Amino acid sequence: MQSGKSIIIENISKHYGSVKALENINFSVDNGEMFGLIGPDGAGKTSLIRILTSLLLPTSGNAIVNGYDIVKDYKKIRKTIGYMPGKFSLYYDLTVEENLNFFATVFGTTIKENYDLIKDIYSQIEPFKDRQAGKLSGGMKQKLALSCAMIHKPDVLFLDEPTTGVDAVSRKEFWLMLKKIKNKGITIFVSTPYMDEAELCDRVALIQDGTILTVDTPVNVVKSFDNPLYSIYSDNIYYLLKDLRALSATKSVFAFGQSVHITFNNGTNIEDVNKYLKDTGHSNSNTKIITPCIEDCFMQLMSVKS
Amino acid sequence: MKETIITVRNLSKKFGDFIANDDLSFDVYKGEIFGFLGANGAGKTTAMRVLCGLSKPTSGDINIAGFDVYSQTELIKTNIGYMSQKFSLYEDLTIDENISFYGGIYKLSNKEIKEKKELLINKLQLNAVRKKLVRELPLGWRQKLAFSVAIFHEPKIVFLDEPTGGVDPITRRQFWDMIYEESDKGLTVFVTTHYMDEAEYCNRVSIMVDGKIAALDTPVNLMQTYNAKNMDEVFLKIVRFS
Amino acid sequence: MNIFKGFVIKEFIHIFRDYRTMVILFGIPLVQLLLFGFVIKSEIKDADIAIYDQAKDNHSKRITNKLLSSGYFRLDKDLDNYDGIHQAFREGKVKLVIIFEQNFSEKLEKTGNANVQILADASEPNTANLLVSYSNAILSSYIKDLNSTSKMPYNIITEIRMEYNPELKSVYMFVPGIMALLLMLISAMMTSISITKEKEMGTMEVLLASPIKPFVITAGKVVPYIFLSIINVLIILSISYYVFDVPIKGSLFLLVSVCILFILTALSLGILISTVTNSQQVAMMISLVALMLPSILLSGFIFPIENMPIVLQYLCQLMPPRWFIEIIRNIMLKGVSFSFIWKETCVLFIMMIVFNLLSIKKFKIRLE
Repeated sequence: MQSGKSIIIENISKHYGSVKALENINFSVDNGEMFGLIGPDGAGKTSLIRILTSLLLPTSGNAIVNGYDIVKDYKKIRKTIGYMPGKFSLYYDLTVEENLNFFATVFGTTIKENYDLIKDIYSQIEPFKDRQAGKLSGGMKQKLALSCAMIHKPDVLFLDEPTTGVDAVSRKEFWLMLKKIKNKGITIFVSTPYMDEAELCDRVALIQDGTILTVDTPVNVVKSFDNPLYSIYSDNIYYLLKDLRALSATKSVFAFGQSVHITFNNGTNIEDVNKYLKDTGHSNSNTKIITPCIEDCFMQLMSVKS
Repeated sequence: MKETIITVRNLSKKFGDFIANDDLSFDVYKGEIFGFLGANGAGKTTAMRVLCGLSKPTSGDINIAGFDVYSQTELIKTNIGYMSQKFSLYEDLTIDENISFYGGIYKLSNKEIKEKKELLINKLQLNAVRKKLVRELPLGWRQKLAFSVAIFHEPKIVFLDEPTGGVDPITRRQFWDMIYEESDKGLTVFVTTHYMDEAEYCNRVSIMVDGKIAALDTPVNLMQTYNAKNMDEVFLKIVRFS
Repeated sequence: MNIFKGFVIKEFIHIFRDYRTMVILFGIPLVQLLLFGFVIKSEIKDADIAIYDQAKDNHSKRITNKLLSSGYFRLDKDLDNYDGIHQAFREGKVKLVIIFEQNFSEKLEKTGNANVQILADASEPNTANLLVSYSNAILSSYIKDLNSTSKMPYNIITEIRMEYNPELKSVYMFVPGIMALLLMLISAMMTSISITKEKEMGTMEVLLASPIKPFVITAGKVVPYIFLSIINVLIILSISYYVFDVPIKGSLFLLVSVCILFILTALSLGILISTVTNSQQVAMMISLVALMLPSILLSGFIFPIENMPIVLQYLCQLMPPRWFIEIIRNIMLKGVSFSFIWKETCVLFIMMIVFNLLSIKKFKIRLE
C-alpha cells in the first residue's frame, strides 16, 4: 500500500432505477484509521459498504480497497477484508463455537491460529460457547459476529451499523473493543446512525441522501460550525421551542435533551432574547454559549444543503 | 392532583424458570411523556406487551386507562395506540389506504375516517404523495405518519417502541415535536428509546435492569442523584453498577 | 478441501438440529409410501362386475357364486350379449366383465379344458390388475378344489384383455412413481430452501464477501442431501419389498445407481430454483407447484401418458420423473439390464448437466 491509503473512493455513484442511492462519493481512508460513516437510515451507508466489500457494482466511478480494484480484483479483496453486515449474520442453529469454527474454516484458518486477535472479545462469550447463537442476547450476538468477522486477521474491517438496536451500555463496550482492534493495526470502516459515536472515530464522513456532507476529523467538523451556538434551558421545552421559533432573530433551534440548541441571525443581542423569554413566561430560563457537537453540525449541514 | 392513567402494582411475568419482569410497581400520569429505558433483554418488551393487553402477567394488579389487564383486554386495546420501529404501516398499501385501514380497525365510521383523514394529510403535508405506497416514503416521514395513525382513533395512551431508530436528527426532532403537541393536548405517551438525549425529553424516566425497575424519576432528579451531567451517564452508572 | 469439509459438517448440523427437516426428510416418504400402498391395496372391495354367462350350467354357476361370495366383487349386471359389454364399461361403474363360453361345464368335464375371458377396464391400471389377479386366484382355487376330488386334471384357460389401456401398467407402478415424487420433492425443495435461508438470514452476504468459492457453497449444500436421499431410497425400497411384496427383479446396484443419478438431477433443479429467488417461501412454492404437480400429473405415475393430448405428451418428455419412472419400472419389475435403459439414463444425465450449467450461469458472485 504505497499510498498509505486503505480505501480510495473516486466518484462512486449507485442508482437503483430512478432512485439515486449514492451520488458522486469521493474520499479516502488511511491505513490503520478508525473511519466513521455517519448518517441516518436510507442515507446510502449500506450501499457504499457493499460496494467497497465487492458485493455490489457501482453504477459509475471506482474504488480501491487494500490496493485492489473493487470490480476487477474482487477475489483478492475478499481474502483481505472482514465484513459484518447490518443483521448479525450468524447461523442461529449453530453454537457459538461452531459458528466461529465455521468462519475460520471458510477463510482457511483456525481459531487457534488467530486466537490472540479475538481473545479480548471472544473470551467474554466463551463461557457460552456451547449455546446456540440464536439464544444469545443482542450484545453477545454482536460480539460473536465481530469475532467471526475478524477470525482471519483482515487488513480492513467493514462494520455496517454494528450498534443499531443495541443499548447504550453495550454500545460503549463495543466501541472500546473497536479501539483495541484498531490498536492492532487493522483499518476500521464503520457506519452508524448514532451521531454521538462520531467522536470516537479518527475521521468521519457525514452522509445524507446519498451525498457526503463533509469528511474530516470530529474536531474539525465541530470547528466548521460557523455561528455561535447557545443552549437555553427552561422548564417546558415544548413552549420554549414554540416561543423561540416565533422569534425573528432565531436562525435555527433544535431540542437537545433538557434544553434547546439555538443559533441567531448576525447582530442579535442575546440580552434581548433573555428578556423576550422572561416576557413569554420562561421565568427560570438559562442561556449559555456552548461548543457544538457532531449532531449540531450534522443538522446545520443538512439545512444548508436543503 | 395528577390523575393516574396507568397503575402497575407488583407486576411479575415468568416464562418457566425465567423471570422477565420481577415485581414492578409504578404509576403513569395523564398527559405525561413516560420514558421506559433499559438494556437489551432487561424486560422492557415483555412489560410493554402486558401493558398493551397482549399478554397476561403471571401476577400483579395492572390497570390501564381504567381497565383491568386480566378481564378487560378488549377495552384496553380500543383505548390505546401502539407503534413500533419494526412494524406499524403496511408498506404495500398507499398512505390513504393505510389510514383508512387503521380507522376501520378501530371501528370509526366512514364519514369520520374521511374527515379526519383530510385533516391529517393536510397537517403532515402529504397531499402530493397520498396515493403513493408507504414503502416509497422516506423513513422519517413514514415514522411521523405511523405515529399519527397510531393516535388516529384518539386513544388515551400511546405506546411507542423505539419510534425513532435510524431517523435523521432533524426529522427525529420533528417527531418529538409531534409527541410534545399531543402530550400538551392530554395524550399520555409511553416510549422506549436507545437515544439518551431523547430520554431527557421525557417528563419522567424509568430504567429497567434485569427485570426490575432500578430507577424512576424526572431526568433532572436522576442526573442529580447519580451525579451525572446527562442521561447517558445516568444510564451507564445504573446499568453497569446495579 | 478443508473448507469444503467444514461446510459439509455445518450443513449436517443444520439438518440434524432442525427436527422439521428430519420429519420432511424421513417422515413424509414413510407416510406417503404407506398411505399409497394401503389405499391401493384396500381399494378392492365390492368392485362392480358384470358376468356374461353363455353357458348357465353347473360349473359356471358355481364359479359365479364363488366369485360373488368372495367379498371382492358385486354383481352389477347379468349380460346376454357381447354388445352389452362395452355399454357396461362405458357407464363407468363396471370394472370387470367375466365371460363363460358356451357349454362351459360340458367342455370342462369332457376335454378337461374350458375357456373364461376376463375383460378389465384398464384405464385405472392398478385396480384392473388387482381385480384380474383376484378373479384368477378364485378360478384357480376352484379348479384346485375340483381336482382334489377327481381323477382327471381339469383346467380353466383364462384369456385376459385389458380394455382402454392395452399396454397395462403394473400394480407395482406406484413404487417407482412415489420414489420419483419424493426424491424430486425432497431433494429439490430441501436444497433450494437451505440456500435461500442463507440469503434471508444474511449469512450469504458474509459468505460472498469471503474467499469461499460459489462452487464450494453449492456443493457443500448438496452433499448431505445426496447422502440422506440415498438412505431414503433404501428405506422406500425395503418397505416396498417387505411390506408390499414389490419384486426387485433387476440388479440392485443398477437400481441404486440410477436413483443417485435422479437425486443429482433433482438437486441440480433445487440449486437452479435457489438462483432465481431470494426467499424461502418462494423456493418452497416453486418446488411444490412447479415440481410436485408435474411429477404426479405428467410423469405417467397416475395418468397414462399415451392417453394424453399430444401437446402434453411432448411436455411429459421434459419431466425428469417420466424417464426415471420408466427406468425403475424396467429394472424392478422386468429385471432388464443397463443395455435396455441406457437411452433413458442418458436423457436424465443430460438434464442434470443442463440444470447445472444453467445454475452456474445464473449464480451471482455479488448481491445483484
